[in-house]
Order: sequence, then structure tokens, then C-alpha cells
Amino acid sequence: MQFDPFVIPFNIGLYFILIYAVVRCVLWFRDLSRADKLRLQRGFFGRPFAKSLKEIFMESLIHRKILKSNFRLGYMHMSLAFGWFLLILFGTIEADIFGTRHLNPPYKAIFFKFFNPEHGRNGIEAFYAFIMDFLLAFILSGLLLAVIKRFSSRVVGMKKTTRLKTLDKVALTSLWLIFPSRLLAESFTSAAYDTGSFLTGSLGSVFASFLPVNELAYPFWWLYSISLGTFFILLPLTRYMHIPTELFLIFARNSGIRTGDHYGAFTEIQTYSCSSCGICIDTCQLNLSTGITDIQSAYLLKGIRNNEDVKDIANNCLMCGRCDQNCPVGIELTPIRMIMRREPETKSGDNGFFEKYFPSHVKIPVPKTNGSLVYGWLPAVKTTKAEVLYFAGCMTHLTPAIKKSMIKILDAAGVNYNFMDEEGGVCCGRPLMLAGKYKQARELINYNSKIIKQSGANILVTSCPICYKVFRESYYLNIDVYHHSQFINSLINEDVLRLRFLRKKITYHSPCELGRRSGVYAEPKEVLKHVGRLQLTRHEDENAYCCGGSLGNMHISYAQKKKIASDAAKDLTRNNPDILATACPLCKKTFSPVTETPVADIAEIVAEAIILSHPDKKNYSKVISLKEPVDISE
Amino acid sequence: MKNKVIVIGGGTAGMEVAGQLAKHDCTVTLLERSAETGGHVRDWYHLFPDRKDSREVINYLENLIRHKSISLFTDTDVNDIVRENDFFVVRTSDGKELQADAIVVSTGFDLFRSERKEEYGYGIYDNVISSADLEKMFRNDEIKLQNGNIPSKIGMVHCVGSRDEKVGNVYCSKLCCVTAVKQAIEIVKRIPEAKVFCFYMDIRMGGALYEELYKEAQQDYGVNFIRGKVSEVSQDIDNKLITKVEDTLTGRPLKIGLDMLVLMAGMEMAESGQKIALSAELDTGENRFFKATDLHYGSNKSNKNGIFYAGTCTAPMNITETISHARAAVIDVIDYLNDRSN
Ligand code: SF4
Ligand code: SF4
Ligand code: SF4
Repeated sequence: MQFDPFVIPFNIGLYFILIYAVVRCVLWFRDLSRADKLRLQRGFFGRPFAKSLKEIFMESLIHRKILKSNFRLGYMHMSLAFGWFLLILFGTIEADIFGTRHLNPPYKAIFFKFFNPEHGRNGIEAFYAFIMDFLLAFILSGLLLAVIKRFSSRVVGMKKTTRLKTLDKVALTSLWLIFPSRLLAESFTSAAYDTGSFLTGSLGSVFASFLPVNELAYPFWWLYSISLGTFFILLPLTRYMHIPTELFLIFARNSGIRTGDHYGAFTEIQTYSCSSCGICIDTCQLNLSTGITDIQSAYLLKGIRNNEDVKDIANNCLMCGRCDQNCPVGIELTPIRMIMRREPETKSGDNGFFEKYFPSHVKIPVPKTNGSLVYGWLPAVKTTKAEVLYFAGCMTHLTPAIKKSMIKILDAAGVNYNFMDEEGGVCCGRPLMLAGKYKQARELINYNSKIIKQSGANILVTSCPICYKVFRESYYLNIDVYHHSQFINSLINEDVLRLRFLRKKITYHSPCELGRRSGVYAEPKEVLKHVGRLQLTRHEDENAYCCGGSLGNMHISYAQKKKIASDAAKDLTRNNPDILATACPLCKKTFSPVTETPVADIAEIVAEAIILSHPDKKNYSKVISLKEPVDISE
Repeated sequence: MKNKVIVIGGGTAGMEVAGQLAKHDCTVTLLERSAETGGHVRDWYHLFPDRKDSREVINYLENLIRHKSISLFTDTDVNDIVRENDFFVVRTSDGKELQADAIVVSTGFDLFRSERKEEYGYGIYDNVISSADLEKMFRNDEIKLQNGNIPSKIGMVHCVGSRDEKVGNVYCSKLCCVTAVKQAIEIVKRIPEAKVFCFYMDIRMGGALYEELYKEAQQDYGVNFIRGKVSEVSQDIDNKLITKVEDTLTGRPLKIGLDMLVLMAGMEMAESGQKIALSAELDTGENRFFKATDLHYGSNKSNKNGIFYAGTCTAPMNITETISHARAAVIDVIDYLNDRSN
């Protein structure tokens, strides 16, 4: 059995990290809710497992998403991850085929050259040595980019790179040392035995001309092993923990586990999966427009990992969801932030050595109301029986042109509806949720739910995407919820709303809460195509900018919000549209003061285009339900 | 040779400057972008605090500029101002190139466009009007609702577009409070049974005889002053304006049905002034008005030697203050011209 003491550091590191990973996974699994455990078990024996393997290959190794959004940055990640993976794979095969025995311990593959210095002289061996050299060169090229990125992030096409803590720096140094020390160790050994391919061979002969390669090789094999060992042992304490964690995340996500509003194992897995790539910093408008660079999701997750107080970071965010959309790891960043805005119940300082490796996590329970109707004293809202219930929302009451237009549209289409908050109503609850006040929000939700239930309506239409989101997700009602753009679209499709063409150029701003946060992109555009010429913008759908007026951020000043708004408006009106259309009263209010282009809600544009009486006027009967009705009678 | 001065803007300040400079032996070119001189005063009916007919002021100003050394160009916009050695060249929208030894900028203010506070429903609900619209009604002697009826419950909203961070104006326009008081009295005089409510944040009565007028409004005309900001306005089926107010004195939300709502629009730096500021590189403050070199003793001087300011292009002012400020500008101009010829 071939052995040399220098492999010990590597062995310690390797077995430590393997055992650690297993223990951590078990702990995480234990902390999952019952339902999530089941999902995971089912996933393990089903399609999710295969799907995860594919995704791990594409994302964790190839880094396809980063490659697509930023080639140089993607190449850097790919060469390190995929290159290293191949090096280990080919190394193992090499040790198996060309080594003295089959089924070797892992160190044999890693330090193959040391134990088989004569290998690779000719024929198939030389070809194999060439491949191994090539892989090493591939990794080193990525490493070079990484080193440059540390000192100047612009080189890899990024505006900001993440800041590091001390342990990260030690781990980073050991990571950086791994491949150069392997290169030198292999080169020296090759030179001593006159083997090695294009990289290690040629470099070795250069060194041999002026250095005592024989004596130098051994210390560098030690260095190689120590760097690997150090890196493995420090890994759980540093951001490199994302490498093993991401694998678990991908599998959990494919098994159907979602963040929801619980802080639990899955949230924790996500916080550890962040690779600190910094893409979220680059896409955030708080950075682009106002130069705020310390609140982005990378820092939020880092703060959570380090058990710091993240209140200020969590609250200083537009909740626009642009970073979620761009995060290559697919972390549910905004839902996590929503949770972090709530009051944590326990907060433990993890200081001991053991706690550092196995931190106890924060508990942030979902607040509950005691069930009593807090707003019971409000005058009762009377509703007559009608198919459709219209809820304008507070913001729409502040933009009466939208409300007026909706009434005109509903009347023109002959919809039998009830105006729930005609006399003013109670807030939908979302603003309080965004402020982390779940309990108070639930009290509002309970109040509104009662009115909605009593109305007996089957369809709830709202003009405000903020209300739309909370009605859909946080009200437990058996009712179809439509945003008015969706409802208008179905009225047009049913042919109960006839519109003329306005001959105007329109650009559409997709509101965050309707688009990215609720996934409604198509219907508003469909509607606009009926009444005008829809122009495309540079940032469509999930890439749309936030208007800056977000209720989610009470930290920044009006001046800063205005800056974000005018930057976004400038981008939207580059093609000089006649109307800047949006589908949210808040966006309208935010954009109106900062652009010369008239800003209008979809409802206003449609109301203007209505052909009032057309001869064979049909009346709205019942719009096709969003949820396909299931017939179970026969 | 006589000194030449160009005055940009033919409102109260510009006319006063032109007239006084002509008296002091200058040749004056007065540029006005609209068809008529007189500025905002023309749109006003009576002036506070003594309810003087605004036409008296207009007559005074028109007589003042009827002078052989003043040439007036109306419908003329200024494109840019360049300094060439010792004199200025002003290029106008109709292609003229005018030369002058000194320049007085008196571009005045724009009334805040009330549509921008959409929650008040201006341009959306029939009977939401601005303070300027009401003055027109006074002039035509018909205070009527859209349907021809006489309003009996009228609300006046203070601070529309002023003291409002959301619209980007944190300053107080200074005149709207007293305008509201004056208009409230005028309404009650014409419609004695009318109830008028003023919704205010603070009442600012800092001018001569303002406080007296405020007292009169309450004692003799029964105008109600409610301390609270209007949050939103909606319209019911009878076209009544349902107005929601937070009454900050009693600490309770208030809902009141009104026939008519008058918005006390604030004053903003004129857009034409902003254009000139950009092209001539004149300093403006955070409130966008021109920034004079010193608030105390240099309120007519700009950062460019030879260019002076007069009137409300530097801050909200009433007519008395505008005329005083204009006369002060004349002294600065004459000083400048004398220093130059010595
Ligand atoms: S949160 Fe996502 S985008 Fe941001 S640094 Fe982490 S991995 Fe990158
Ligand atoms: S949600 Fe929007 S504002 Fe918040 S960190 Fe992400 S990109 Fe920035
Ligand atoms: S004068 Fe009165 S109404 Fe006008 S801005 Fe000042 S406080 Fe408001």
C-alpha cells in the first residue's frame, strides 16, 4: 500500500467534510415539517431525483444561468466547479486504470502523480496526462479570473463584488492555493522524472533549468494537501458552504418544497446556498439609481448566516423581486425577506466552537390572531347578491380616475356587480404584511373575508395589484380573484366589451406586485393591444423595473424614491410613447410627477375606447373561471 | 449712449422693473412669452387683504410701461442667454438676437397643476376646481356647479402642492392661506346661505392685515376652519363630493359631503424659468426657484454678474413684495451699469 504522511491533512479534511455534510443533512431533514419530509421522501424515489441530478449538472457544475447573464462571470464559476469535478472524476479513473490497484482510497486519485511519477510517458498514458493537464489549465484560467475579480470586479463584467469576513479570507486563500500548489508540485515531480504533458511537463523543464526540482517537489505536495484539508475544514464556516448546500436545495426544491411564510430548515438551506456571486447587487435598483449597496439579498443572507441583526437590511428594500428573478441559485429571496421583517422570537449568539459548526437557528413564528373580530365596530357593509364583487382598494381611491373608469367599464359590459368599498373600506392587509405586522394584517384580512363571504359573489375583482396578491395568497376564500386587467381581458374575449382602436403608441410598465410577484404578464398586454399600438421596452416582464413607489420600503427618502422613479420612467419612455400605461394605482401615482409622458392605468385607456352602445349588445353572463370548474355530478 | 437692459417676463415684477428702469434713463426691451403682459394678476379678481380690484394694479403697471424707451415683444420666448465680452446676447424663439448691457429675469411662477394631486379629483370630478378657477367665477359673477345649481356647501383645501414632500415641494407658498380666507369671504358675500369649510394644516397669516381678515371671516362670515389634511375625495350618485379629512384637533377622521371643493394651488418655479436657468447656468435652490447670491442683502443678484432677478422667480411673494423686490432690482442694475462705465 502506497502511503506518505503528507496525505494526512487532506484525509482529515475530506472525511471531516463528508461526515459533516451527512450530519447536517440529517439535521435539516429532521427540522422539516411533516409534509415537507414526505415530499422529500417521495421525491427521492421519483422524477424529482432525476430532475435534480440534471439541474445539479447544469447549474452547480456548468452554471448555465450565470453563463447566460454574464459570460465571463459564468466561465469563472464553471471552470472552477466543472473543471474541478472533471479533474476528480478523471483522476479517479486514472488511478483506477493506471494505478497499482483498483478501488483506491480518494487520496490516491488526488495525489496520483506523486505515487506514480513515471506515469504518462507515451501512448494512451501520454494522452491521458494531456487531458489532466488540460483540465488543470482550465481551472487555473478560472482561478485567474477569480483573483482579478477580487481586486477589480469590473473585469468579469460586474459592478460590485461582495465583501468578505475574516474566515472567508482564510478559506479563500486556501482555495486559491490548491491549484497553483498542485501545478507546482506536479511540475516539479514531472521534471524530476522527465514526464508530464504540455503544462506540467514544459513548466517542469523550465524550472529544472534553474531550480533543484527534486528537493522542491515534496514540500509542494505537502502544501497542496494542507490547502485542501484547510479548505474542507473551514468550509462549513464560510460562504463556500454553498457548494454542498446547493445540492440539497436543488433536490428539496424539485421535490416541491417552498419557503411559504415559515422560517425553517428550508429557509436555512437557502441562506446557506448563496454563492455570493453578487448578481443580486447588480440588478437592484437601490444600487443602480441611489447607490445603496449594503442591503441587497447577498448581505441579507450573509447577515442571517452570521446571526446578525438584519432588521435594517430587511426593511430597506423595495420588495420588487428583481433579485429573485436573477439569482442563479433560485433562492426565494423576497419571501425570506418578508419573514425577516417579522419579530424573531429567540435570538441566540452562536459563539462556541461547536455552535459555529451547528448553529441553532432563529425562530420566527407565524403570528396568529385570537380570532375575535377587531374591526367589528365598523359600520356593516351592505351588499346585495351579485356575481361579481369589485374592490377598488385604498390606492385606487387616491386615484379616482381609475375607479371612475372601472365603473364605466363594468356598466358598459352589463356586469352585475357590487362595489365593496364604495364608501371606503378596510385595507387589504398587504401594507402591514410588508411592514412585518402579520398579526395586525390578519385582523384586517378576517374583517374583509367576512364581508366577501357574506356577499355571496363568485368573483372578486380588484384594481390594485397589492390587494390582488394578498387576496389570492393570504385570504382563505373560495372565490376567483381577478386583477381588473385580467377581468377586462375576459370581458373583451367574451365580446361584451367593444372597444375602438385609439391609434396611440403605448408602453406598458409591469407592476412588481402584479408581474413578478403574482405572475400576471400577458393579460394587461393583451388588453392594451386591443386599444393601441403596444411598444416593447428594454426591460419586459420579469425584468421590468420597479417604479420606486413601493410600499415595501419606508427607509429611503422621497428624493431617493423619486430618483428611482425617474430613472425607470426614462427607460420606459425611450421610444416616446403617447401613453405610459400601467396596471397599478401606486405606479401611476409614482410615475406621474416624474415624466412628461401622460401616465394612465389600463382601465382608463380602456374606458376611453369604449364603444357605448353597439347594436347586438350582449350582457356579461359569467366569465370563464380562472380555475377550471370541475363537474363531479356524473 | 443709453444703457440697454432686457427684462425677461412681463408680469408684475417685469413691468415694474421695465417702467422704473426707463424712468432712470435706460433703454428697455421687455419680453413676454404670452400674448399679454400682466401675468397671473390678470386671472385674479380681487386682491387681498383689501379686496382691491386687480384691474387697478394692471392699470398702474400698464401706464408704467407706456414709455418711449420701452419696447415690448409679446409671444416671445427666450431660448438662451450668452455673454459676449461686455454685453449679453439674448436669442429668442422667433429668431431675434437682442443685445443688452444687463438682464433682469422676472419669469415669475407657475400655479401648481392640481391634477397632480389626483386624490383630490381635479379634472375627474365635476365640481372640484382650483383657486384660479374660482377667481374666474368671481369675475364672471357666477359661482355655479357644473349642473347650473348654486353650491351651498363649499370646501377649501389648503396647501395643494405646497408643504408636500410627495409632490416634491416642501416649502410654503405663503399666499394660499390668505387667498382661501379672502375667497371664503367672497363666496359668503355672494351666497349668504353658503357654508364654507377651510381644511388647513396651519394657518399662516403673516402679512399686513391678514390676521384681521382671518378674524373677520370667522366672526362676520361664519367660515369654518378645520385643522386637518384632506386625504381623499370621492363622488356619490348625487354628485356630492365625499371628502375625507383627518381632524387633527379632535383627533378623529371626518367625512363630509360637499357641493364644491376649491383647491388652493401653490406656487412653483415657472417652467420657462427653469429652462433659462439651464441654458444660462443660473443657480437654483432645492425648491427649484432661482437662488440669489444672498438671502439678506443680495436677493436680486444671480451667480452671473450682470443678470438680476425680480419677483416670484426667486420665491413666493405677494404683489406688494413683488413690486418692492422689482424696485430693489432696479437699484442693483443701475449700480452695476454705473460701476461698469466708471
Ligand atoms: S442571493 Fe443569489 S444572486 Fe445574490 S449573491 Fe446569492 S446567489 Fe448570487
Ligand atoms: S427585492 Fe428589489 S429592492 Fe429588494 S434587494 Fe431585491 S432587487 Fe433590491
Ligand atoms: S400659505 Fe397656507 S395654504 Fe399656502 S402653503 Fe402655506 S400653509 Fe399651505
